Amino acid sequence: MAGNSQEYISHHLTNLTFGKLPAGYVRHEVGHDGAVVEKELTTDTWTMAHSKAEAADMGFSAVHVDSLGWSIGLGLLIMWIFRSAAKRATTGVPTGMQNFVEMIVEFIDNTVKEAFHGRNPLVAPLSLTIFCWVFMMNFMDLIPVDVLPSIFGLFGVHYMKVVPSTDVNITLGMSLTVFAMMIFYSIKVKGIGGFAGELCLQPFKVKNPVLQAIFVPINLFLESVALIAKPISLALRLFGNMYAGEMIFILIALMFSAGAVLGLLGGVLQWAWAVFHILVITLQAFIFMMLTIVYLSMAHEDH
Amino acid sequence: MNINATLIGQIITFAIFVWFCMKFVWPHLLGAMHEREKKIADGLDAANRAERDLELAKEKAASQLRESKEKAAEIIEQANKRANQIIDEAKETARAEGERLKAAAQSEIEQEVNRAKEALRKQVSELAVTGAAKILGKSVDAAAHAELLNKLADEL
Repeated sequence: MAGNSQEYISHHLTNLTFGKLPAGYVRHEVGHDGAVVEKELTTDTWTMAHSKAEAADMGFSAVHVDSLGWSIGLGLLIMWIFRSAAKRATTGVPTGMQNFVEMIVEFIDNTVKEAFHGRNPLVAPLSLTIFCWVFMMNFMDLIPVDVLPSIFGLFGVHYMKVVPSTDVNITLGMSLTVFAMMIFYSIKVKGIGGFAGELCLQPFKVKNPVLQAIFVPINLFLESVALIAKPISLALRLFGNMYAGEMIFILIALMFSAGAVLGLLGGVLQWAWAVFHILVITLQAFIFMMLTIVYLSMAHEDH
Repeated sequence: MNINATLIGQIITFAIFVWFCMKFVWPHLLGAMHEREKKIADGLDAANRAERDLELAKEKAASQLRESKEKAAEIIEQANKRANQIIDEAKETARAEGERLKAAAQSEIEQEVNRAKEALRKQVSELAVTGAAKILGKSVDAAAHAELLNKLADEL
């Protein structure tokens, strides 16, 4: 049971990875009789990883097909919803989906107006994309952990991690894009000199130029850490919350195979955690959006 | 938890979605919403204006009604006055006509009386002549005693 559980958890935490295995790589495959067969590759091969170790050995050029696929799919879904709402947007009385979309848009618009003091047409649509997309990615967490992997298992897909925001690549990808925008707008608004000054002349500021020169490297170090901490914390906060949430769902799911009493308890726990998780996924999506707005607002502020 | 090309894929996807949202979603939706807000505000404004107009029209109607009532009362009064006047006039005319008729009748009566007197006088003189002739036994020349006869007749 212990080994089984470990396998179950590990299986659930492994991405469907597509990448290149180099020539001479030895693959360990389980044959029909259950024995492990070693197979040496003669050429560089682009393939799906058959195990966690293979996925790790594929290196940077590999792609998590499941994370990226779900992420793009969900993104396309919300973009399609928004686009159809935008097309149908009239000055008449809105109904149904239109109403819902406009409610979200108005909420985002108000939030941006309150938190962002610069003037930039990018921030509001960026916030809308982040909020809805991250929410949808987090929402996948509420689908019972075994449903989608089992369905894909029927089609011979062995690994399937359906919650993109439990993949650090996804959250880091978004936060790095935000980071790039922060740098871009900092330089655009304040100029390179202004941005460098912000990094070097804070927080220690003295009148004496000699003393200030001593403080410059200290300031630069402190400010750089603060700057780099922003995208990292942004990515890891979302990733950590979602990963932990999914982990708990997986642990609860383990109880289903441990008898009727534990199974029933598991069902109750699953329901309770899902209800609580509705709050978490919304909150995390909102926090990601809010911090993006605040960071970009800071980038636009000239001291 | 491997960092790999998924990161780059996600960055590209994110950028495309944000661009799409900025280009094709946000302006359309917000534009329509702002336009609707304006339309509703205009509608409310128009309703307010209409209400005020209605109020004014009501006031105007009331004042016009009052005015026309006053006018009607005035006209009625005038008509009454005129009627009285006409009645008075008619009375006056009738009285005058009556007087005139009375006077005419009286004068006629007088005339008639006079004529009767004249005729009587004539007859008296004739009778006197005839009587005298009978008394005297001969005819009396009326012409010869005309003066006497006329005197007699005048005394009647």
